[in-house]
Amino acid sequence: MSALTAGSALAVVLPLILLFGFLLHQGASAVNVDFFTRLPKPVGEAGGGMANAIVGSLILIALAAALGLPLGILGGVYLTESRDPRLPWLIRFVADVLNGVPSIVIGIFAYTVIVLPMRRFSALAGGVALAVIMLPIVLRTTEEMMRLVPASLREAALALGLPEWKVILRVVLPTARAGIITGVMVAIARVAGETAPLLFTAFGNRFWHQRLDQPIAALPLQIFAYAIAPFDDWHRQAWAGALVLIALVFLVSLAARIATRGRYSAVR
Amino acid sequence: MADGILVKDLNAWFGTLHVLHDIGLAIAPKAVTAIIGPSGCGKSTFIRCLNRMHEVVPSARVSGTVLVEGANLYAPGVDPVEVRRKIGMVFQRANPFPTMSAFDNVAAGLRLAGMRNRAVLNDAVERALTHAALWDEVKDRLDKPGSSLSGGQQQRLCIARALAVEPEVMLMDEPCSALDPIATAKIEELILDLRKDLTIVIVTHNMQQAARVSEATGFFLLGELVEFGVTRELFTNPRDKRTEDYITGRFG
Repeated sequence: MSALTAGSALAVVLPLILLFGFLLHQGASAVNVDFFTRLPKPVGEAGGGMANAIVGSLILIALAAALGLPLGILGGVYLTESRDPRLPWLIRFVADVLNGVPSIVIGIFAYTVIVLPMRRFSALAGGVALAVIMLPIVLRTTEEMMRLVPASLREAALALGLPEWKVILRVVLPTARAGIITGVMVAIARVAGETAPLLFTAFGNRFWHQRLDQPIAALPLQIFAYAIAPFDDWHRQAWAGALVLIALVFLVSLAARIATRGRYSAVR
Repeated sequence: MADGILVKDLNAWFGTLHVLHDIGLAIAPKAVTAIIGPSGCGKSTFIRCLNRMHEVVPSARVSGTVLVEGANLYAPGVDPVEVRRKIGMVFQRANPFPTMSAFDNVAAGLRLAGMRNRAVLNDAVERALTHAALWDEVKDRLDKPGSSLSGGQQQRLCIARALAVEPEVMLMDEPCSALDPIATAKIEELILDLRKDLTIVIVTHNMQQAARVSEATGFFLLGELVEFGVTRELFTNPRDKRTEDYITGRFG
């Protein structure tokens, strides 16, 4: 029995190990200083890098987080605390549906409400599309993690004569912090690799990005463009891009964990 | 606090479930009042009505009056937050805040209410921990998590946390039911000491405990106050047959 469970656990981890090994094998040769510091070279010229796409992805993730995290976390708090019999149920249902909407549809949504009125592709539209993808994940994780906080802690804080909002902000949320951060990391990792919703919002850009209302490069877009191109050098760079993307997600997770690490945490 | 607490016509509900029926009694100031009765008789609900904690549960409802210093807690416009500041509570299971150190747990009431002055906080924490007979045991590990203390110490930490905001009344909901006899004895000793400064209402399953620590005792059954009086008399010479059955263990 234990051999079976251990085998199953190993089978779950194996694809990740294989994937990472394959990426290393295929892409490591193209990861060099140029890759991180140079712009893409014109078609037909070898060399160049994806510096603009790396920075672009970081900007897009930051935009999406700035829009999606406050809304998602505050909304999650509302779902936990509200005593309304219907509205939280409805929001939960809509969030779960939104979570299942294909990301390309969310791209079309951002295209319709932001790209069309502004008459241009932009980093902003890409950020909004990614934020919409993050929202339901952050919302539902926050809610679930706050529900895991024992009612006795809430009561102890209320019995000290603290107003409800302070109890939520200073006792319940900190107790749920580690779990919420995990949810946020899952959401960030998810949007960092999204390609479809960026195709007609952020659009991509072969140069440095100037303003938020201009098209912006992103790693997944660049990987896509390079992977379908007929040049061996571009294929190698696409592999390298995928490798860097995974490393990026890993680093962001690690950094956020270290930066927000509390001395003691209850819910993990 | 010369008037103690006067409860009149107190009724409480969970949704449509009527859990307290027309409770009326007078709780003496600076004394210990014990509430006894079988599980589910409404004794916890009763003391939760005394600091407006009952209404924290969705669908819970209260009617009647609770006069503290002559002022009704349930009068319109009374802020439950203010009520709870004056009337502290200790719960059945020790519930230190897991994200905070022992020090921060005790300081929580003051700090979250806006007190920033470190000297004042240090002072208040030391006073509360001394008052809760815990200072000597934890003074060298105030920066350790509150949840790293033993069960009995955690409960005294929670008592210190409640004492730090300097309440006038302390409600204790079966504070020893999860503790061993030695830890229980410490808490009882503490209760007898606290009585000099505070009005204490303690819910307990343990009749010996009620007899040991309290001046007055109320016996609850099925949401009604069956009998209320001087502890010694209630235990040696109960007026009601049901009280007699309960304290002699012939119940049910």
